[in-house]
Amino acid sequence: MTKTFRFALLASTLLGGAASAQDVTLTIESWRNDDLTIWQDTIIPAFEAANPGIKVVFAPTAPAEYNAALNSKLAAGSAGDLITCRPFDASLELYNQGHLADLSGLASMANFSPVAKSAWQTDDGSATFCVPMASVIHGFIYNKDAFDALGIAVPTTRDEFFAALDKIKADGTYIPMAMGTNDQWEAATMGYNNIGPNYWKGEEGRLALIKGEQKLTDAQWVAPFEELARWKDYLGDGFEAQTYPDSQNLFTLGRAAIYPAGSWEISGFNAQAQFAMGAFPPPVAAAGDTCYISDHTDIAIGMNAKSPNAEAAKTFLEWVGSPEFATLYANALPGFFSLNSTPVEMQDPLAQEFVSWRGKCQSTIRSTYQILSRGTPNLENETWNASANVIKGTETPADAGKRLQDGLASWYEPQK
Amino acid sequence: MASRRPVRWHIGVFLAPAVLVYTAIMIIPLFGTLNLSLYNLDGQNRIFVGLANFATLFGDPRWSGAFWNALWNNCWFFIIHMLVQNPIGILLAALLSSPRLRMAAFYRTAIFIPTILSFVIVGFVWKLILSPIWGIAPGMLGAVGLQSLFAPWLGKEEYALTTLALISVWQFVGIPMMLIYAALLSIPDDVIEAAEMDGLTGWSQFWKIKLPLILPSIGIISILTFVGNFNAFDLIYVAQGALAGPDFSTDILGTFLYRTFFGFQLQLGDPHMGAAIATAMFGIILVGVCIYLFGIQTRLRRYQF
Repeated sequence: MTKTFRFALLASTLLGGAASAQDVTLTIESWRNDDLTIWQDTIIPAFEAANPGIKVVFAPTAPAEYNAALNSKLAAGSAGDLITCRPFDASLELYNQGHLADLSGLASMANFSPVAKSAWQTDDGSATFCVPMASVIHGFIYNKDAFDALGIAVPTTRDEFFAALDKIKADGTYIPMAMGTNDQWEAATMGYNNIGPNYWKGEEGRLALIKGEQKLTDAQWVAPFEELARWKDYLGDGFEAQTYPDSQNLFTLGRAAIYPAGSWEISGFNAQAQFAMGAFPPPVAAAGDTCYISDHTDIAIGMNAKSPNAEAAKTFLEWVGSPEFATLYANALPGFFSLNSTPVEMQDPLAQEFVSWRGKCQSTIRSTYQILSRGTPNLENETWNASANVIKGTETPADAGKRLQDGLASWYEPQK
Repeated sequence: MASRRPVRWHIGVFLAPAVLVYTAIMIIPLFGTLNLSLYNLDGQNRIFVGLANFATLFGDPRWSGAFWNALWNNCWFFIIHMLVQNPIGILLAALLSSPRLRMAAFYRTAIFIPTILSFVIVGFVWKLILSPIWGIAPGMLGAVGLQSLFAPWLGKEEYALTTLALISVWQFVGIPMMLIYAALLSIPDDVIEAAEMDGLTGWSQFWKIKLPLILPSIGIISILTFVGNFNAFDLIYVAQGALAGPDFSTDILGTFLYRTFFGFQLQLGDPHMGAAIATAMFGIILVGVCIYLFGIQTRLRRYQF
């Protein structure tokens, strides 16, 4: 069945190629093989209709193999014209090796904020080499039915948040919060980097850390750990051995009331959950405080510097930077939000809720991703470990901050 | 004077395929790894650094901390296997070889079956069994009134490694059982009969006659366990991931090597430090095997029938 399908695809590609020999054909390298049909049925036809003479082929590789396969293809000169970019160092390395072209001159780059572009820029920001496509936003997804039944209002401040957790716990019908520490990354990604920006004031703290003006032992970097330590009491029994899929299932089966989330969960949760869901951004200290959200740049697209079809590729990239592409992409994949500055109309209510925070909160990205995870020990991995330890209570927040700072200072010059 | 013995070409001819294949896929990569551990990157170029990678591995407090932690965990993993897997394997073999046991073939097969399962299946199934949320372990303990003994074992630093070692024991106990069983069957009946004539039966017969005769097999099993445990990786990776949580309490040399060599998440792979760890692992296993071969194996008394 799959084989037949593949042959059909192959045959159609060959025949299509033969029929339109005069056209330029662009090939896209990507790890998003889940999105193959969306590209083929929605995105590429829209582009081809608007740009006769350019054909586009979406040629994804399995996510785990993508980096290795792409590197060898680029080295051998057989890579496609357009390269889907991972954020930060993986793509920066390709740019430094001369595989990705500098795209700073594209007109559509003006449609993106500096934060959106930061994942695909040189450290000094002088060259941007990929057009940002989408980001994922962190926050909390909650079970609306549970909140209604218990008479809980959506919390906006930390006190309200913990009061809500206390109330859910006292009632006993629901596990207050669905998260485990077995896989570690949720504790860091959906814990520390979810609630943290409110403490370190988003970009301000993140950039100060990179410049060496703030330290991970400073109050604003330790405080998120202190809040995480309080989460322990609200997680399910045996959360130490609870895995990421366990947490997802606990929530979608309606056994837990709040799920610390990334927006990529939206389509899966929509399909699984039988109850109404809502979302709220990480609560702030006092009502009216500026809120900060982790709006993490995740996927972009760049151009192979050795592509023979550079002009056509640039046309495509200009289109990727346009509001039209943003609307198509964001609606096809709810939870992957366009980074375009033009607001995008989305159909999914949960996705709308997430993206609405961009209007009232300041966006930032995960603190550990840019530059700071280049050395050994790796700050991102250490943060996973520290966040999980803090939630379990096996390491105090102050100790965790000190360990991370010592590790970072051991190789990162500005922090020495 | 007899004429000179003809050159025995056939020996070389018969050995050649095995030697060539083994050299190509084992010996050359092994030396490649040893060689790689002596280099490192200086910007974009690979340069010879001598033993600097090893100086980092054993001298830098972070690297050496991680290394010794992994080595100790590996030793503990091995100790559990030696204390639990092998005695149980011998016991099962002794029971199986008892002529009065009915359905011996069934037990033999049933106990051996986990051995042929994939690590992925074993890791996943046990994770489910022990899951505090969906697992059957809490319910089964509850049924006998021992629910209070249940803990999320795989998530606790103090239990996780022991739990994984016992899962591995469960999977592989069939191997020592089969080897010992074969050794027990090869003991000639006249030896047993002579023992019976002298009044040795039951357990005393096992301790005084059979056990000394199967000691060489136990030696082989120990060394197989040693090599297998110090090369272990799969079960930990499947059950706990490459970060070998909680808090590196299940990190063994295999997972440490994997993280270093291939990288993990935002950490880019470092083939040179990875090769240094692989070389250290090779050295540890080599020393262990040599101690066994020269210290123990040569002293074991063998009996010829």
